[in-house]
Amino acid sequence: MSTETSLQPTAALPSRWARFRDSYLLYSFRRDLIAQVSLAVFIAFVACAVLAPWLAPMNPYDLAQIDILASELPPFWIDGSDPAYLLGTDAQGRDLLSTILYGARVSLIIGFGAVALQALLGVVFGLLAGYLGGRIDAFLMRLADIQLSFSTLMVAIVVGALVKAIFGGATFSAYAVPLLVLIIGLAEWPQYARTVRASVLAEKGKEYVDAARTMGLPSRRIMFRHILPNTLSPIFVISTVQVANAIISEAALSFLGLGMPETHPSLGSLIKSGFDYIQSGSWWITLIPGAVLVVLVLVINLLGDWLRDVLNPRLYKG
Amino acid sequence: MTATATAPLAHPAATGDEAARPLLEIRGLEKRFSLSGDFLEQLKFKGGKLVREQEHVHAINGVDLEIQRGEALCVVGESGCGKSTVARTVMGLLHPSAGEIRYDGQRIDNLSTQALMPYRRRMQMIFQNPYASLNPRMTIQQTLEEPIRLHHPDWSRQQVSDKVAEVMGSVGIAADWGKRYGHEFSGGQRQRIAIARALAVDPEFIVADEPISALDVSIQAQVLNLLMDAQRDRHLTYLFITHDLAVVEHFGTRVAVMYLGRVCEVAPTATLFATPRHPYTRALMSAIPRLEDDRPQHIRLEGEVPTPVHLPSGCVFHARCPHANARCRQEVPALIARDDGSQVACHAIEEGRLD
Amino acid sequence: MSLLEVNHLDVRFALRRGDVKALRDVSFSLDRGERLGIVGESGAGKSVAAFTLLNLIARPGYIAGGSIRFDGQELTGMSDRALRRIRGNRISMIFQDPMMTLNPVLSIGEQMVECLKAHRRIGRREARAIALRKLEQVHIPSPEARLDQYPHELSGGMRQRVIIAIALLLDPDIIIADEPTTALDVTIQAEIMDLLLELCEKHNVGLILITHDLGVVSQVTQRMLVMYAGRVIEQGPTRDIINDPQHPYTQGLMNALPQMATPGSRLNQIPGSMPSLDNLPSGCAFHPRCGFVTRPDGSERTACRTQVPGFVASGNCQAACHMVAEMLERERLPAEETTR
Repeated sequence: MSTETSLQPTAALPSRWARFRDSYLLYSFRRDLIAQVSLAVFIAFVACAVLAPWLAPMNPYDLAQIDILASELPPFWIDGSDPAYLLGTDAQGRDLLSTILYGARVSLIIGFGAVALQALLGVVFGLLAGYLGGRIDAFLMRLADIQLSFSTLMVAIVVGALVKAIFGGATFSAYAVPLLVLIIGLAEWPQYARTVRASVLAEKGKEYVDAARTMGLPSRRIMFRHILPNTLSPIFVISTVQVANAIISEAALSFLGLGMPETHPSLGSLIKSGFDYIQSGSWWITLIPGAVLVVLVLVINLLGDWLRDVLNPRLYKG
Repeated sequence: MTATATAPLAHPAATGDEAARPLLEIRGLEKRFSLSGDFLEQLKFKGGKLVREQEHVHAINGVDLEIQRGEALCVVGESGCGKSTVARTVMGLLHPSAGEIRYDGQRIDNLSTQALMPYRRRMQMIFQNPYASLNPRMTIQQTLEEPIRLHHPDWSRQQVSDKVAEVMGSVGIAADWGKRYGHEFSGGQRQRIAIARALAVDPEFIVADEPISALDVSIQAQVLNLLMDAQRDRHLTYLFITHDLAVVEHFGTRVAVMYLGRVCEVAPTATLFATPRHPYTRALMSAIPRLEDDRPQHIRLEGEVPTPVHLPSGCVFHARCPHANARCRQEVPALIARDDGSQVACHAIEEGRLD
Repeated sequence: MSLLEVNHLDVRFALRRGDVKALRDVSFSLDRGERLGIVGESGAGKSVAAFTLLNLIARPGYIAGGSIRFDGQELTGMSDRALRRIRGNRISMIFQDPMMTLNPVLSIGEQMVECLKAHRRIGRREARAIALRKLEQVHIPSPEARLDQYPHELSGGMRQRVIIAIALLLDPDIIIADEPTTALDVTIQAEIMDLLLELCEKHNVGLILITHDLGVVSQVTQRMLVMYAGRVIEQGPTRDIINDPQHPYTQGLMNALPQMATPGSRLNQIPGSMPSLDNLPSGCAFHPRCGFVTRPDGSERTACRTQVPGFVASGNCQAACHMVAEMLERERLPAEETTR
C-alpha cells in the first residue's frame, strides 16, 4: 500500500535529559548572567533555610541557650563584638545570624505555603470559570473582584484580630504559620484565577479541546488533563512573583505585629523587633535582616522576569 | 455508491429496512449566536423606556440534509456560509437553536452526555488545523490511547496498545512516533495522527471539517488518499466540509452547496459539475482557477455576501442574483427534487425561467 | 537589461544552531510590464525571496551573497534612506493579510494621503484627489464614501482592493504580491486576480505573484519559477511549464492536483514532505522523494545524491535536474550522429 511511503526513518528518540540540554530554557539561562546569579543566590537561601538547624550556631527558639547579658552586641567588624556572635545579637541576646537563618526559613515556608494555597484555589476557580463559562464564570469572577478590592493587609488585620479576640494571643502565636498561609493565600487567589481563566479561554478555542469533547471525555478530564497542562507557563511565571509578594506581605504583617510572634521570628518580625533599637545605635538588628529580605525578594523577582521572558509565547514560540 | 442516494425530502425516515434509512438526517436545523453579551449588556434605553435588545448572527437558517451509508457528502460554500457550524452542530459541539438531528433513526441533538456516549464512538471528527488539533503536552501514544480507553474501559493494556499499533500502521505512522510529541511533526504528519485518533475507536461516520485546507498541495494528495483508503477499507461515511471545489469533484459522492446558512443545491457530484443549476452554484463553479489556458469568463456577482446578522427576506441570494424577481424577494425557496437526482432551492428554476 | 535582475542571491538566517540557508543561488529577472509567478509550498523560500527584494528581511535573516539590481541600481547594501525612495515608491508590496498593511485606527483616506505625502511634495487636497482616482481604478463602489471609512468597516475583498489601490498610489514599476488571495473566497479571488491582471496590462506594471496555487499562476502570469527547499528548480514560460513540466517535483505537484485524476481514484501523491532548511539532504534536495533517482534499467543516478544539479535548458524552460540533463544528453547524441 502506498501509505507506507510516508514511513520515513525517524532519528533516534532523544532522552529526556538530551531534550532538556537542547531546550531553549537552558540555552537562554546559559546566556543570562543575572538569571544565573539570581538562581545561585536563591538556591543558597533555600539551602540555608532548610539546613538552618545544622548551620546555625545556636537555636534561637531555645530559651536555655539565650544569654540576656549578651544582648545588643554588634557584628564582627565593629569594636566591642564577640567572635561567638558573627552578626551580633538582638535585644534579647539571641545570635542574629541564627535568628536570620531561622527567620528566612519561616518566611520561605509562609511564602511557598501561601502561594501553594493561592495556586490551588486560583487554578481550580480559573479553570472552572474559563471552561464552564456562563453564570459560573460571572459568579467566580465577581467574587475575585470583591476579593481584590480588599487589600491583603485588611483581610489579615480583620482575621488576625478576630482570632486573637476569640482564641487569645497564645493560640494565635501557636498557629501563626498556618494562619498566615491561610490569610495570604486567601487574599491573593484572584491573581491566579484571572491568569488561568485567560489562558483557559485561549486554549478552549483550540481544536484539540474540541477533539476531546467529540470523543466524549468528561469535562473534568478535559479541564485537568488537556487544558491545565497547557496553561502551566503563565502559572509558573506568576508563581515566582507571587512568592516574592507573599514574603513581603508576611514581612509587612509581622512588622505590624500581626504576623509571627517575636519568640518565633520571621524576617519581618526581626525587622520590627530591632526597629525600636535603631535610635539607641543598635541598627544591625533591623538593617541586616532587612537587607536579607531585600536580596531574597530581589532574586526571586529577577528569576521571575527571566522566566517570563523565556516562556513568553510572543517572543518565542516553542 | 447507490444511484438512488437522494431520497425525497418531505417524509421522515422510513422505519424498518436499515439499509434504506439514511445514516444521518438533519431537519430544519438553525443556529444563532448572540452578539449582545449578557443580560445587563442587552438592556438599552430607548424612547424613555428600558428595553431588552438582542442581536444574533444567523449562522444556519433551516438546513435539511440526509447522508446515506457509505457516501461522502461534501458541503461547500464560502466563508461564513455556515458549513462549519453544520459540522460542529452535528458533532454536538454546538447546540442547535431549532431543528433536529437524527443518527441512524435516533434523535441525538437532545440527548444527555451519558446517552450520547455510544454515538460518540460511532461518529468522529477531523479538524482543519493540524497544529492545534493535537494536545501539545501529550505524546502520540497517549493521544491515540485516550479514546480507546474511554470507549473500551474493559480492555487490557495489551489490547489497547495492539489497537494503537494497528491504527498507526493503517495511516502510515511509524511505530516509534508514539513516544514523541505533536510539535515534532510536520502538518501532514500531524493530520495523519489526527486521522488515526478518529479511526482508533472504529467509527462508521466521520465529520471532516476542512481537513486538508491547511496543508501543502503535495501533502493534500497524501491525506486525501488516506481518507479514501480508510473509506474503502472501513466502509466509512463522510460529511466533508470544504471550500475547495476540485477536492469535492474528486472525493464527493454528493455535494451540498451552502450560501448564507442555507442549502441552495444538493446533487450527485458528477451532475453538479456537469450542470450546475442554482445561480450561485454557477458563479462559484466559474470562479475556480483552472490550469487550462482557454479561460471562460467567470460570472461576476453583484455586491457582496450580506451579513448574517440581518438576513435578507425571501431567497438569501436574491440581492446578488441576476435572475431575481419580486417573488424571490419575498418567498423563501424550498429545495425541490429534480429528475436527475438533484435538489435546487430556486424560484427561477422551479418556474422554468432558468434551466 | 531587465528592470529587475536578481543574481545568485543567498539569504541566511543566523540561528543558535548555526546558519540556515533560506535562499540559495536564486536568480531571475523581470522586464517592465512582465508578470512573473513564484510557486512553491510553505518553507520553499518564496516569501523570503519577496521580502529580500525590498530588503525587508528582518534579523536574524541577512543577505549572504548575490545581487539585486533594480533599474541599474544595486539594492543590496543600499542605505535605508535610499531604499525607502524605492520601496513603496517604485516597488510596492501586497500582503496576504490586508490588516498587516492597514492601520485599524486611521481612515482609508488618511492612510492614502499620508502615504502620498511621505513620498511626494503635494497638498492634502491633491493627495485626496489621487487617492480617489486610485480607488476608482480598483473598481471600489462609491469610492468617495470609502475614503472616510475605517478598515474594519470593509469586507475582506474590499480591503484587498484598498490595499491594491494603496500599492498603486505612487505609480510603481513593480508590484510584489505575496499570496494576495489566499485568505479570500474563490469568487472574490477571481475578481481580485482579474483586477491585478487588468491593472498590470493597462499601466504596464510588472507583477511578481507569490502563491502556492498553480491555477492562479497559470491564469495570471507569463513566466514562472518553481521553488523547492530554498532553490529555484524550474523556470520558464508559465504555459510551457504547466503543459509540460520538466522537473520531477513540478510534475509531482501538478499530478497531485485532484483535477488531474479521475474522480474517486487515488491521487498521484508525492511521498514524504519537504525537508526542513536546517537539515537538507545532500545533492539534489528533492532526491529522497524523487522517483527518477533510479533509471528505468534499475541503475542509480548517483549524481542526484552527491551533486547539486545545475540548470539545463529544455525547450523554453530550464530545469535543475540530473535526470532531465541526462535525457537531453541522450537525445542530442543520436541526433548529432545522424547528421554526421
